[in-house]
Amino acid sequence: MIDPLELVVSICLVLSGIFGLVGSYGMVRLRDVMQQLHAPTKATTLGVGGALLASMIHFGLQEGQFTFHELLITLFLFLTAPVSAQFIAKVHMVGKLRRGDLPKPGTEGEWSIFAPPPEAGESGKAGQTRGGGKTRGVTTNPGA
Amino acid sequence: MMDAALIFAFGCFSLALVLNLWRLVVGPDRATRILALDTMTIDVIALVVLYGLHIRSQIFFEVSLIIAMVGFVSTVAYCRYVLRGNVIE
Repeated sequence: MIDPLELVVSICLVLSGIFGLVGSYGMVRLRDVMQQLHAPTKATTLGVGGALLASMIHFGLQEGQFTFHELLITLFLFLTAPVSAQFIAKVHMVGKLRRGDLPKPGTEGEWSIFAPPPEAGESGKAGQTRGGGKTRGVTTNPGA
Repeated sequence: MMDAALIFAFGCFSLALVLNLWRLVVGPDRATRILALDTMTIDVIALVVLYGLHIRSQIFFEVSLIIAMVGFVSTVAYCRYVLRGNVIE
């Protein structure tokens, strides 16, 4: 006789495997970085979520050790996947795009990927604070 | 039945790891390589969770949580290094 809980766990596992495989296959198949970003950040995250859901159902309802650890991992992965995807897209834009490829931003200034790093813009301030730190180090060294 | 599903999921995620490795080696771009490394981390988390299901032990959840955190931090650090030439400014 088939246990319905075991059936649910098995369906979750099979779906998670299919989603994980589709994510990596999409990354191999698609050509551009902006297209490749779609596959792992969505499909693979869903696949891991399915595996964690299966684990939670199995340990919680079949073996009586119900915990929320898996939900913690799922929440963490669902929070961090968009952040890392945005960072990777920025890396791609810095490497491949030139100034003329993007429309003008609506506000003053420039796109942040083309703007100089904040150290170059505020060199006076940064130099002052750094010099202050250095002199402080010099003054404390003889005392010690 | 659950064991058969586990073996299927193991095979799927292992094949996904191999595909990611191919993209990591071949990938013509730095962004593609960072993406492949990030996806490999997530696949390894799934494999650890599946192994915990396989041996019926809950001891691997801390492992997967720590791998998730370290993987995210390493992805962000790699991207910051490429973007700014420095990880912590």
